[in-house]
Amino acid sequence: MFKKLATGAALALALIPGASFAAGGSGHVEDFQFSFEGPFGKFDQNQLQRGLQIYTEVCAACHGLRYVPLRTLGDEGGPGLPEDQVRAYAEENFEVFDAELDDYRPAKPTDNFPVNDGVGAPDLSLMAKARAGFHGPYGSGMNQLFKGMGGAEYIASLLDGYTGKEKEEAGTTFYENTAFPGGWISMAPPLGDEQVEFADGYANDVHHMSQDVAAFLMWTAEPKMMARQTTGFVGVLILSILSVLLYLTNKRLWAPHKGKKTA
Amino acid sequence: MSGIPHDHYEPKTGAEKWLHSRLPIVGLIYDTIMIPTPKNLNWWWIWGIVLAFCLVLQIVTGIVLVMHYTPHVDLAFASIEHIMRNVNGGHMIRYIHMNGASLFFVAVYIHIFRGLYYGSYKAPREITWIVGMLIFLMMMGTGFMGYVLPWGQMSFWGATVITGLFGAIPFIGEPIQTWLLGGPAVDNATLNRFFSLHYLLPFVIVALVIVHIWAFHTTGNNNPTGVDVRKGSKEEAEKDTLPFWPYFVIKDFLGLAVVLVIFWAIVGFMPNYLGHPDNYIEANPLVTPAHIVPEWYFLPFYAILRAFTSEVWVVQIASFVTGGIVDAKFFGVLAMFGAIAVMALAPWLDTSRVRSGVYRPQFKWWFLLLVIDFFALMWLGAMPAEEPYASFSLIASAYWFGYFLVILPLLGVIEKPLTPPATIEDDFNAHYGKKAGADANPAE
Repeated sequence: MFKKLATGAALALALIPGASFAAGGSGHVEDFQFSFEGPFGKFDQNQLQRGLQIYTEVCAACHGLRYVPLRTLGDEGGPGLPEDQVRAYAEENFEVFDAELDDYRPAKPTDNFPVNDGVGAPDLSLMAKARAGFHGPYGSGMNQLFKGMGGAEYIASLLDGYTGKEKEEAGTTFYENTAFPGGWISMAPPLGDEQVEFADGYANDVHHMSQDVAAFLMWTAEPKMMARQTTGFVGVLILSILSVLLYLTNKRLWAPHKGKKTA
Repeated sequence: MSGIPHDHYEPKTGAEKWLHSRLPIVGLIYDTIMIPTPKNLNWWWIWGIVLAFCLVLQIVTGIVLVMHYTPHVDLAFASIEHIMRNVNGGHMIRYIHMNGASLFFVAVYIHIFRGLYYGSYKAPREITWIVGMLIFLMMMGTGFMGYVLPWGQMSFWGATVITGLFGAIPFIGEPIQTWLLGGPAVDNATLNRFFSLHYLLPFVIVALVIVHIWAFHTTGNNNPTGVDVRKGSKEEAEKDTLPFWPYFVIKDFLGLAVVLVIFWAIVGFMPNYLGHPDNYIEANPLVTPAHIVPEWYFLPFYAILRAFTSEVWVVQIASFVTGGIVDAKFFGVLAMFGAIAVMALAPWLDTSRVRSGVYRPQFKWWFLLLVIDFFALMWLGAMPAEEPYASFSLIASAYWFGYFLVILPLLGVIEKPLTPPATIEDDFNAHYGKKAGADANPAE
C-alpha cells in the first residue's frame, strides 16, 4: 500500500503549483509555438535579432531593460551579434549617465540597457518570467517541461490581443485586450502592421512581430537557457549512468546475503 | 556507541595506537559507519541520506551565492540578476539552491511519513523523533527566510504575512512583531536579519542532525517490521544486521542517484516550475499581489492556519472562554504550530504495543487517510480563502488533529494487531526465499 502512495504523491505534487495560477481571473493566452520550447528547444537567432530590432524601434521608447548587459547581445545562445555590431548598436541607440564624467555619453557594451521609467512603464528584463502565461494542461503547469516557461506566450498574446475597442475612465484611455487580466489595458496598441522593416524581408504583421519580440524578451529574462538545458541534459545522462552502475554494484553486493548467485 | 553488539575499531600500527590513545576519532568514525543496520530495511529508508546530501548541497551552494549577493532592499533583487547573468555558472548555482530547498522538503516529508507509518517514533526512539521535529522547524524557518532574500514581490508579501502572525499574539504580539522585523514594517532591517539567520540556522541544523544520528545510533535503526534487533550476543545480532558500510551506503547512494536524475532534470529543464512568477517582480510595498501564496512546502500548514475563521464554533468557544483574548487570527496561529506539536507528541499519543503499521490492519487505513489529508491540505493552501475551499480546509485540518489526538490513542486499545515475525532474520529470509540459518554457516 505504501508503494502506491508514492505514485499518488508525485501526481498530487505535480498539480499543486499550477493550482495557484489557475485561481487568477486571467485573460486568454494563446499557445504559440516557439523554437525554444521543450528540453531541447533552442532560441532562433534570427528571431531574437528581429525581436531586438522591434524592441529598439518600438518598445524602448517607454520600456527599459535595466538588468540586461548590452555585451550579452553578442553571446552564444542569444542574438549572437558580432562584437563590432554590439558596440555600434550600443553607441547608436542609447545614452547612459556616467558618474565620472558627470554627464551623459553614448552607451558601451559594458553598460546595461538603460533604465526607462519615464512614463511609468514596467521594465521588461524579466517580464517573460514574471508572467505565468500558458499554464496547461488543466492548470498543472506540466507543459513547462515541453514548452519551457509560459511568459513568452503571454507577451505574444497580449501584443496580438488588441480588439480595437477603447474606453475612457478618469481621464485615462483603456484599450480592450483579450490576454490582459480584466480585459482593459492602459498601454495603447504598440505594434502596427509593417511598422518595422526587417533587412531580410521577414513577415512584419502584428501577429509575427508579437512572437518575435516575445521570443526576444524570453531571452532577456533567461539568457542562459540554452546553456542550462545542455547542462541539464549532460547531468541527467551522467546521473543515469551512475544510477545503473550503482544498481549493478548494489545487486552484486547484496546477492550473497539474499541467497542468490553472484553474476 | 550502539547498543547492538559488534566489532569495534582496534588500532594496529604504532601511529594508530598513538592517535587512538590521545583522540579516538578514527574509532568514532569507524563505529559510526560500521553500525549494524537491520538488513530488512526497504527503500523508504533512503531519505536520510538524501536529506544529508541536501543539507550539504544547500550549505555549499549557499556559501557561493553569498559571495555575490547583496542584502540591501535597493540592491538585493539586482544582485540576484547579477548572479544569473554575470557570475560564471551563477544561474546554475542559484537554480540548484532554489530547487534544492524543494528537494529538501520532499525528502523530509517522506522521511517523516515513513517514521509515522513504521512507528519509528515509538520507544525507545522518542528523542530521535523530537530532535527530528526540531530540525523540521528549523528547516521551515530557514526556507522561509531564504525565500525573502531575492526581494521579489512574493518575498516581501510572504514576509509581511508570516511575520504578521506574531502580531496576532495577545498583548505582546505587536512589540514582538516590531522586534522581529526591526521596525514597523518589512524593510532593510528585516532583510538583513533574515539574511544573517538564513546563514546561521543551517549550521544549527548540522548540529541537530549530529544529535539526531547520535540518538538513533544509540537505539539502533527501526525497520519495516518494527521488531528489535537481537542483542544477546554478537553472533545473534549479526543474523539480523549488516554493517552500514558498504551495504547500506551503496544502497542509499543508488536511491540518491535516482532521485538526483529527477532533481537535475527539474533544475535543467524547468527550474522555475515550483516558483511563483510574481517573485520575478521586485518587491514593492505599494502594490499587493493578487494572491499571496507561500512556497509549496508550507501550504499544508498555511491551510490549517487559514481554516479556523471566526465562524468556526471551536474558535467562538475559545474566544468566549478567554474573553476575546484568543481571536480567530491567534487561534489560527496556535492551530498551525499545534499541527506540528501534535506530530511531535506522537510517541506518547500512540498507545499500540505493535510498532510497525504493517501489522496494524486498521491503522493502515487511517494512515492512508492522513497522507491523503496532507495532500488535500497542500492543495487547499494554494486555493483562495473562499467556499467551498474554506469548509474543506476545516475538515482536513480537523482530521489532522483527530488522527494524532483521537485515532492514535484509541486504535491502540480497539485494534487487534497481527503478529510480527519473531526476528528480522525471519522477515528478511521470507522475502528472499532463503532457508533460516543459512547465513550462520556461509561455508556450506
